[in-house]
Amino acid sequence: MNIALLLEMAAQADPDRVALVCDGKRWSYGELDHAARGACELIRSSGAQHVALLDESSEAAVIALFGAARAGVPYCPLNYRLADADLAGLLARIAPAMIIGDVERAGRLCADAGDTFYPRSQFTLAALEAKMRDDVEYDAGEGVAIQLFTSGTTAAPKAAILRHSNLISYILGTVEFASAAQADAALVSVPPYHIAGIAALASSIYAQRRIVLLPSFAPEDWLKLVEAEKVTNSFVVPTMLGRIIHAMDKGVKADISSLRAIAYGGGKMPLELIHRALDLFPEADFTNAYGLTETSSTVALLGPEEHRRAHASDDPVERARLASVGKPLPTIELEIRDEDGNVLPPGEAGEIYLRGDQVSGEYREKSALDADGWFPTRDAGYLDEQGYLFLAGRADDVIVRGGENISPGEIEDLLLTHPAIADVAAVAVPSVEWGEAVGIAVVVRGGFDRPEPDELKAMIRQRLRSSRVPECVHFAATLPYNEMGKLLRREVKAMFLK
Amino acid sequence: MKPGTRLKSAACSTEVVVIKAAGGVIECGGVPMAEDASGDGSPDAAFAGGSVMGKRYVDADATVELLCVKPGAGSLSLDGVALVLKEAKPLPASD
Repeated sequence: MNIALLLEMAAQADPDRVALVCDGKRWSYGELDHAARGACELIRSSGAQHVALLDESSEAAVIALFGAARAGVPYCPLNYRLADADLAGLLARIAPAMIIGDVERAGRLCADAGDTFYPRSQFTLAALEAKMRDDVEYDAGEGVAIQLFTSGTTAAPKAAILRHSNLISYILGTVEFASAAQADAALVSVPPYHIAGIAALASSIYAQRRIVLLPSFAPEDWLKLVEAEKVTNSFVVPTMLGRIIHAMDKGVKADISSLRAIAYGGGKMPLELIHRALDLFPEADFTNAYGLTETSSTVALLGPEEHRRAHASDDPVERARLASVGKPLPTIELEIRDEDGNVLPPGEAGEIYLRGDQVSGEYREKSALDADGWFPTRDAGYLDEQGYLFLAGRADDVIVRGGENISPGEIEDLLLTHPAIADVAAVAVPSVEWGEAVGIAVVVRGGFDRPEPDELKAMIRQRLRSSRVPECVHFAATLPYNEMGKLLRREVKAMFLK
Repeated sequence: MKPGTRLKSAACSTEVVVIKAAGGVIECGGVPMAEDASGDGSPDAAFAGGSVMGKRYVDADATVELLCVKPGAGSLSLDGVALVLKEAKPLPASD
């Protein structure tokens, strides 16, 4: 089934209802569906093999997503923050494409590749005006709906593909059609090239929840928009939540009483921050969502009640749940496996394997699924006795010291309980004796003295094991993160090689 | 019958998209559905409970799954056996 049907159904059920608000302009479901049909004609007549968006979020992202789906051409939103050389490489891989957004840049980077160019406003206008042909059958939706390039921190970016069937399975399995109340509004501030941004559009449209777009995140603008549009739901990455709280602490005032639900994901949430947020928004429902591009977004959730229970509890096990990403969706199978493929019992860390209809696990070059349809995520983690999933970094981030696997997370979590430590990363550093050993990069909290390395080593020796004790301690002003709040461990490692 | 196929009722305005299919005849209002059915007829009294927009319908063995994309007066069946609503698993909005 084609994902374009999600928008078509919403438009059929209530064409005049407001679907999307962006830069003060309001779009109804009817208008968006009409434009998506027009975009389908434009895409088909262009001969493009991909539809690329090189732009911030706007109505054009919705029109391009569903127009491309209707036309049966993969939609491929690109990260406009990439350097020219990297972006040029991606553009070459998707030519001939229809490129929407920053056409000046795209044209300069990828001339003579047979691409079709549309600046945002021209694309929207042309899509609205394109002759609708009701007799033309649209794509049955057996193929690829979306192609997303992974961030490529370790190698060349991989082209992850999501089929219509993956996304439809996710949406039908988790969203009830037209279930949103008239007043519901979801504020979307994640960029359009991120799977969470795409999932937010698709699930809000199917629920008929009004989408409020914030094209470029700034905490003051987020707060203003919540007040102005009486936003009820929002998805943020932890970095965004931290900046919102910081702005509120600095005295930025906004009436955010409409906000009922805050979902977060896409990176590790500091415990201190989530506790703070639970105090600051006592009425809000918090949900932690874990997912990957290759799994059509969310595969596990820690729900609102679990958040409140853990926040209020004195029981260490219950309280620790705030660091969990919750339980797998009912439609998802999950296993923790060791390096030899054996399934591990609760409490033991290994690689997370996932299976389900929403899991694509497929790249343009090849599928990563095993013979039984399991997807090795390369994320490390473990389950507790009650089946709550805890993440322990990327499998590739594991420090192998003399044959012993050490997950950076356990060291970082412990050190973050030290009052003088604001942020910390544990990475592998070369060791003559052990092959790899632990190095920690520490950011000292403002107003505190720098702790002695020996004090930190003693703390780890006492609470963990001697193998976890760092060989190198490096103090840094900040740690390197990407724009989505992901720690760039490769760059942390480089700190120790200087 | 391929997944993604859009079927129309011969007995009412109902339209469904096939999510999952096996053998057997898919009916609405007691009459077989088809890609080009007119919808001019009227449903058999035994299959007149109606179909609901956005709901999924399955048989007891879950061999067939249909998504209603246009509601109508007829109800859905497979080889004369009524299909049932597939239970939704509502989740907190996560994105």
